[in-house]
Parts: sequence; structure tokens; C-alpha cells
Amino acid sequence: MVKTVVCVGLPIDEKLFIQKNRLAPESVTGKEKRITIVTGTHGDELDGQYVCYQLINKINQNQGKLKGIVDVYPALNPLGIDSVSRGIPMFELDMNRIFPGSRDAAMTENVAADIIEDIMGSDLCVDIHSSNVFLKETLQVRISNENEKKLLPYAKLLNTNLIWIHESVTVLEATLGHSLNSMRVPTLVVEMGVGMRITKEYGDHLVDGIFRLMVELGIWEEESIPIKAPIIATKDEVKVIHAQHAGVFVKEIEHNDWIREGEIIGNIINGLTGEIEEVITAPSDGIVFTLREYPIVYTGSLIARIVGGATK
Amino acid sequence: MRKETIYSLKAPYRDALRVSGYRFGKGDKAACIVGAIRGNEIQQLYICSQLIKALTELEKKGAIVNNNEILVIPSVNHYSMNIGKRFWALDNTDINRMFPGNMEGETTQRIAAGVFEKVQGYSYGIQFASFYMPGDFVPHVRMMETGYQSASLANLFGLPYVVVRKPTPFDMSTLNYNWQQWKTNAFSIYTNETDVIDEVSARQAVSAVLRFLTRMGIIRYNSHGGYIANIINENDLTLVRNKDAGIYRRIKLPGEEVHRGDILAEIMNPYEGEVISQVIAPTDGIIFFSHKSPLVNENEIVYKIIRRLHE
Repeated sequence: MVKTVVCVGLPIDEKLFIQKNRLAPESVTGKEKRITIVTGTHGDELDGQYVCYQLINKINQNQGKLKGIVDVYPALNPLGIDSVSRGIPMFELDMNRIFPGSRDAAMTENVAADIIEDIMGSDLCVDIHSSNVFLKETLQVRISNENEKKLLPYAKLLNTNLIWIHESVTVLEATLGHSLNSMRVPTLVVEMGVGMRITKEYGDHLVDGIFRLMVELGIWEEESIPIKAPIIATKDEVKVIHAQHAGVFVKEIEHNDWIREGEIIGNIINGLTGEIEEVITAPSDGIVFTLREYPIVYTGSLIARIVGGATK
Repeated sequence: MRKETIYSLKAPYRDALRVSGYRFGKGDKAACIVGAIRGNEIQQLYICSQLIKALTELEKKGAIVNNNEILVIPSVNHYSMNIGKRFWALDNTDINRMFPGNMEGETTQRIAAGVFEKVQGYSYGIQFASFYMPGDFVPHVRMMETGYQSASLANLFGLPYVVVRKPTPFDMSTLNYNWQQWKTNAFSIYTNETDVIDEVSARQAVSAVLRFLTRMGIIRYNSHGGYIANIINENDLTLVRNKDAGIYRRIKLPGEEVHRGDILAEIMNPYEGEVISQVIAPTDGIIFFSHKSPLVNENEIVYKIIRRLHE
């Protein structure tokens, strides 16, 4: 059942709607577990659209297997998604920096508070992100180290290639994921693919993972959903490579390739002089789980991340 | 006055980004003033230009007190300003959300780190800042409640109001917050405008900085004493929301005194021109902030009022 969670009037003959689809068993006792799937906080991240579609479609085709409640919010930032805008249009505001929101602040923060209020009470939340337009990411769950103990068992079921346990960053305290985890709704933040595109393969893997998770929570009944074992990486095991020169990055490897230390990842070239400004090599053996997709770079632009030592 | 490039960054094809600093006087690091960090902060750039002009004259007259150095950085992100963008030209990140920066990090983290290295160690840090909500303020000095803030020092700018804000996680990567963490007394000055130049409030801001520098013994300058500021906790401001979305007609302006029941603004049907609702003052007081855009969404904060304060 589609329900409107937020409705705000825009200046001229339009309303901002944030909607969810609640999928529930035919007879409800009130004791069912509830999982929440959210996506579309950043308007340029579209992988979650395919995941929501597949998830709802499969549940609708197999209604008898549904034993709990599934809430799907496909577009937390509908104005952004429909206008190819990463942030909330007009405010130039990153929606994932205004949670948990506030009743005593601007309209956008009110909206954030409404979303949180609606999600509260869920037994688990999966917050699906794509990368931005600059980087391609492998299918991964990101967990801050303070939530490792609580979230890692769930994350292992999500059928991702990687679980990255990173340090807490103060500014990330304003994300939806951090806010919900602080409010005792265990929330897994998923990253994958590249901005403005859909990587179908990752979407399919994640859908399997969400069903596997739902089986574990008693929300879905299915005999066996095979999932793969992810690489689990901490901060020290991830090597981050930034450009040291401005120019045009041309990759020499493919995303998710396993490479050896010293191998060339790509070159930063100069289209005016015909010269190579910088040869970028791997600082260690490992899998390139992040690779730059957008060629124009400045000093500092992120080129790649490698899970050191991992084998493919 | 010595002009120097305090940070530079090459681009693939554009001219290099050069962040320029103007130093006045020599000796102890007394005060650092930073202007436009966002590409739409034209008023903030303008104020700095007027301040540099004034300090150049004062230095020629020998009015910089011995053993005091003042650094003014008029613009950090003119790369965006030159192409009509607000945030970093390539990835739309906000340099004022990257402090203290990271020399090994992403481009805007490196810019922030490069600037922060040069603005550290000053006794006083002053930033001409802008707000994310579209609207006008009364000119004021704003400080974060970090435990290091000093509202009595902020009073020495002689502006009518000093606002103390409790920082959220989102604020902790701003220049102001990090200055305070690194033991610089930090103040943000807000004037009426951002995208356009308002000469009156720009002059007021320049005078406020010169007054402050005089009172701290950094320059010799005779100026009017200014105001004894009202110190306001941001959470104590009365928020006033509009009921309907539509065309917004502002009636009362920042700085005006209003009484409970006064009409502050009207909302009109955007097609039919009829007034569909009014924004009414819920309290007596002075208007601190008002929404300015001709359009308004439903349930926005269109006014902030300093409760029970009279002219």
C-alpha cells in the first residue's frame, strides 16, 4: 500500500511528496518484524531504484512468503531525483547532512524529522546509495567502527563484495544512517556502482542479500538463498590514492581488478602538451574496489581505493 | 601592505586558483580576516576589498600598532565565483565544510588545509560569512558555543547583536569552529546581503572590524563607539512560519520593531493574485531574520524575532 509520508506545498501548483510502499502479509497480528529500505537521498544515485523495483516485484509475485512488514521508500529526495540534482534543489543542501532533522528549523529539516519519525520502530533499515558521478564503487556495506559489533552480523548477509569498517567522522553524524543507528534502529549503509547510472549486476546481488536478511529476521520464508562471503576491511587495510597533478585521468585497468603493487592504474594526461602529467601505480597488491570514472581531476581528486592484500 | 599567494592549485585548463593574502604590519599574529569562501559571497568579497583599502591607508599613516600583524584573505573560492557557482566548481563540495582540512585528502580538503595552515595562530579570527537559508539578517556577530567563545569580546565590534549558536555536527567542519578549537577567538560577521552588494551594511561591517582592531590595540583609529550589543542565544529566537506556499510579499524588514498581531508578510495565490494567508507576529520584538525570496514553500521559517526587545 502506497502511503504519503511527507507532503509540503511548493510555491506554484505543486506538492513535494515523499512516499513509501508498505508490503505486509495478508493477515497481520501486530507482532511482525519490520524492515525498512530507503534510497534516493542523493538525487544522482539511482541504483536503489532498480533494487526497490525488484524487491517489491518479487514480494508481490510471492506474497505467501511474506511474514513481516517491508517498508520501501524509493525517493527521499524526489525533487533531486527528478531534476538530476544530487542535493535538494533550491537549497543546494546535501540531504544526508540534515538528519535527524528538527521541528525548530527550516522546512528541509522538518522533512528529515518526519522521515525519521516514520522509520522509527523498524527492526532494521537498509540505506542504499550509489557512488557519485566521479567514482565507481564495488557493492559494499560501510559501517563505522562504533557500530561494528551490532551491524556486522547483518552486513555479512547482504551478499556484498565488501564490508568496509571505517572510523567515525563527526560530520557524518548528520547522516540518516548514523541518526537511525543512534536511535536504536540498526541501519546498514550500502554503496555501489556509479552516479547517474544503474549497475544491474550489483542491484541483483543486493536484492538477493536483502531477501537473505529478511529470512534471518523472520520477515521472508524461503529455503535457501545463496550469498557470498564479503571481504571485511578496516581502515588500515584500505589504501587510498589521490591525484597529485591536475589533468585528464585515463584508466589502464578495470574496476574490481586485482592488481599487484607497482602496476599502473592509469595516467593523468595533458591534452594540450601531449604529455603524461602523472603515472598512477598501485601502492600495494589488492582489489581496486573504488576507481575514478570521471576523467577531469585536480590535485587531491580521489583516483582509487584498494583493499590491500586481498585476492580476487 | 604585502600581497602574497597563500595557496595555489593548478587546473587542467583554467588559470591556477590563487588564494591571495594581504599582510599589514609586522610582528605577533594579531588578527586574520577571511572573506568569500563560497562562490556567491560577493558582499563578503566586497567588504574585504574595502577593508584592505582602509588598512592600506592606515598603514601609510603609521596607524598599525608595532608588533601586530594583520592578514586579510578576501576570497578563497573565486574559482566558483567566476563561473556563477556557489560551491567548488568540479564536485560541488563546500570549502567551509572542510576545515581543518587534510593535505592528503580530496581537493577541497587540501584547499581548506592550505588556507587553515596560514590562518592559524592569530589571536583573533574574523570571517564574513553567509547563511544557507535565503533571507536577510540584521547585521550581527555570530559565534559558536564551543566553550572557548567570548561574547564580551564579540561586543567590541559595536554591532547591534551578538548571536551564540550551539554547534551541530554539521558546524564542526566550518572555519569558525576550527579556529576556536585551535585557540583563536573566532567571530563570524553577517551583513544584510550575500549575492549582491549592499553598501550600507558593507560600510557597517568595515567599521565594525576597524573598531574591534582599535579596541584590541592592533590599530590606531578613531571611530564611533557603535552599539552595546544585545547578546542572543540562537535557540531563544521566536520562529515564525508561513501556512501556505505561494508568492511571498514581505512587509516587515529585519531591524524593525513589531508588536504581537502585526502582519509581517502576505502569501498570494500565484495564479489569481489573491492574498491567501498572512504571516502574523506571535510576539512583540525586533525582527532578526526575514525570508526574502519572492516565492515560498509551505511551512518555511520566514521570520525570526528577538522576543520582547524594543528599539
